[in-house]
Amino acid sequence: MSEYEIIDHEHDVVVVGAGGAGLRATLGMVSGGLKTACITKVFPTRSHTVAAQGGIGAALNNMGENDSWQFHMYDTVKGSDWLGDQDAIEYMCKEAIPSVTELENFGVPFSRTEEGEVYQRPFGGHTLDYGKKMARRACAAADRTGHAILHTLYQQCLKHQAEFFVEYIALDLLMDDNGKCVGVLALCMDDGKIHRFRGHQTVLATGGYGRVYFSCTSAHTCTGDGNAMVLRAGLPLQDMEFVQFHPTGVYGAGVLITEGSRGEGGYLTNSEGERFMERYAPTAKDLASRDVVSRSMTIEINEGRGVGPNKDHIFMHLEHIDPATLHMRLPGISETAKIFCGVDVTKEPIPVLPTVHYNMGGIPTNYNGEVVTRKGNDQNAVVSGLMAIGEAACVSVHGANRLGTNSLLDIVVFGRAAAQRALKTVEKGASHAPLPKRVTDKILARLDKMRYAKGDVSVGEIRNSMQNAMQKHAAVFRSNSSMNEGVKKVDTIANSLDGVGIKDRSLIFNTDLVEALELENLMQQAIVTIKSADQRKESRGAHSHEDYPDRDDKDWMKHTIMWLNEKNKTKLDYRDVHLNTLTNEVASIPPAARVY
Amino acid sequence: MAEFALPRHSKIVKGIDYPYKGDTKNFRKVNVYRWSPDDDENPRIDSYTIDLDDCGPMVLDALIKIKQEIDSSLTFRRSCREGICGSCSMNIDGTNTLACLKSIEDVKGEINIYPLPHMDVVKDLVPDLTKAYAQLTSVKPWLQTDTKPEKGKSRKQSPKEREQIDGLWECVLCFSCTTSCPSYWWNGDKYLGPAVLLQAYRWIADSRDENTNERLDDLEDSFKLYRCHTIMNCTKTCPKGLNPAKAIGEIKKLQLERK
Repeated sequence: MSEYEIIDHEHDVVVVGAGGAGLRATLGMVSGGLKTACITKVFPTRSHTVAAQGGIGAALNNMGENDSWQFHMYDTVKGSDWLGDQDAIEYMCKEAIPSVTELENFGVPFSRTEEGEVYQRPFGGHTLDYGKKMARRACAAADRTGHAILHTLYQQCLKHQAEFFVEYIALDLLMDDNGKCVGVLALCMDDGKIHRFRGHQTVLATGGYGRVYFSCTSAHTCTGDGNAMVLRAGLPLQDMEFVQFHPTGVYGAGVLITEGSRGEGGYLTNSEGERFMERYAPTAKDLASRDVVSRSMTIEINEGRGVGPNKDHIFMHLEHIDPATLHMRLPGISETAKIFCGVDVTKEPIPVLPTVHYNMGGIPTNYNGEVVTRKGNDQNAVVSGLMAIGEAACVSVHGANRLGTNSLLDIVVFGRAAAQRALKTVEKGASHAPLPKRVTDKILARLDKMRYAKGDVSVGEIRNSMQNAMQKHAAVFRSNSSMNEGVKKVDTIANSLDGVGIKDRSLIFNTDLVEALELENLMQQAIVTIKSADQRKESRGAHSHEDYPDRDDKDWMKHTIMWLNEKNKTKLDYRDVHLNTLTNEVASIPPAARVY
Repeated sequence: MAEFALPRHSKIVKGIDYPYKGDTKNFRKVNVYRWSPDDDENPRIDSYTIDLDDCGPMVLDALIKIKQEIDSSLTFRRSCREGICGSCSMNIDGTNTLACLKSIEDVKGEINIYPLPHMDVVKDLVPDLTKAYAQLTSVKPWLQTDTKPEKGKSRKQSPKEREQIDGLWECVLCFSCTTSCPSYWWNGDKYLGPAVLLQAYRWIADSRDENTNERLDDLEDSFKLYRCHTIMNCTKTCPKGLNPAKAIGEIKKLQLERK
């Protein structure tokens, strides 16, 4: 193995990732006096939070509608198709109000109402009075809310002089003999040196893994590195079968058109010019939950009512909306439509298609952000030293389907919660126990293998095969036969990774190597995703099974957890859904049929 | 007599010409600046001819195609591919812009791609932005207030006040503008450059910020602010359609007004 220069760092806490969750956690920890390292593979404001558009959900009640966090909680539980943990959902919806108000106080440039309050718009699945009518709950900064929040959180981190390690890619978790996480090993892309970060808590805020699919709204960097590190640490991932398809990705390009555009009055039509959502969701119509809208669109296309020469997409209309409103409320997507499909939204519809957008599944945690696993009968065993937040985590507040605006909320609420928890559990300046050399050596051996990979298949080729297989076999609608085939395909493609070759042997900004490492990360998640999907014999939220079209609460109201070993073999188990609430301020919401 | 010569490695030489392997007539030659710090070689221009019928519409799509299919060692930053993260800023066809927003169709003839000008190069199309980021931090780009908001409440801001920061806060920090500015090329160590001044003005213009005077004091400097000579390259090049030159003009106006 090559000799690598290793630089050691000791911190109280190590945060991996500098998107909204990572930055909110870092901010809370640094301002609370914990010595915190924030490691990120891209400069913080390049993280994918920046691309979030429509808004952040919180019952601030600025629109005079008597909104409440209880309504928000009901919508979220219903949206999750009763797979979300109600204690965590209660926590999120309640804490949404102070968390979003804090964001404003930090300086987020929210749009405003005439009264000078934060502007709120309607969003899919968000209702008043337990589904009676649509709520205006999405706090928005035009249609660039993610940008506004991410930049503000970075600014606040600068203010508190947080310590960033930018363009460092995390390789693996440092796990001691007792299964405790004691830090992370990372590669500095700028000079190729290895950095060993020791922390009493390591917080994974590494985002989703949308790039496991061919067509997704996710950035190229959304490769779920933290999820894969957790698998390699011998820990399970939860509910990986639940992948959200956003109804309105731009046809072809896959870039996102916010649900907020339907919140501002936009609607979908098929080839007959029909507003078909009225048939599928009589009350919420175009603002039904994303899984419902994506399914409806797919049915329309499958039944021959798609638009375009190949009848393979749907139109979204904004041209009936006052151009001044479009300019004020939706400037970003007006620009996106112009650039990516040459459409002037004031005059013509945007061609759209359901596109992979969000991973409800991820690293199982409790509502404090602590990673949990199942140890025998203990379904909530905390993994010492390890936390996970944001899209990487599965708290689970999104269950089988996430509501729009709840992802920005998730990152802020649980980033904040993780910081509060770390401030309680971590002793400032405590010393770090020595770590056996073999822990680091094992990780470096993996790096070395990839760095000198001499096979004849390129990263791009293998990535393409994987993405196409996932696109085909773990789609909006799934079936036994399709998923069985998908499992076999993905296994074969995963094996082909042994034959990968990279060209760039340098250690300085070696994106060839980084993409290979990311591909390995993606592949492990692809296996767990398709196998988790294959074993769930029901339809729930984003998992629509053609052979089992109904939800089956008796047998399947449970979280899937899946491990993956070094030979890519999986192990399956389950955890109960938390139907209990956190406090007596609200009653548990019993399962019911999901109608919008 | 003193001899003036460019540093030995500044000369760009001709690199590898990868022949066309597609089978349609719709092809295009892409010439890309390559340089690696690992060897002692001069920077070079490699040429790749690609099939446009099998390529997405943007220059970033072309670069990704080259990296996937022809030369995986080609190095550039990219992330969101929709013009919001600001990673893929580079010089394309003589203009600084985001590769993900620059349509191949809009480039006539061969596509020439260089890193952002006048920045140190880390590798190929990856510029070292450390200095620019440090300059951003130097203007304290965060909300500064003496008064506290009412506990548990948002600060109020009317739509009209909020409008004052439209066109400012949307900056994606790609530094296309800063690296297009001849004044920044010359005095980049002391002149803050348009991107950072736009950020400085974003906070001056925000009705919630209470430290306008200190901010203006900090900028009252012949280099930090006044090296802007209204050349306007910044505004011309901004891939997001923002107007940093106007923001700088507003700061200068405020400096005059308070004298």
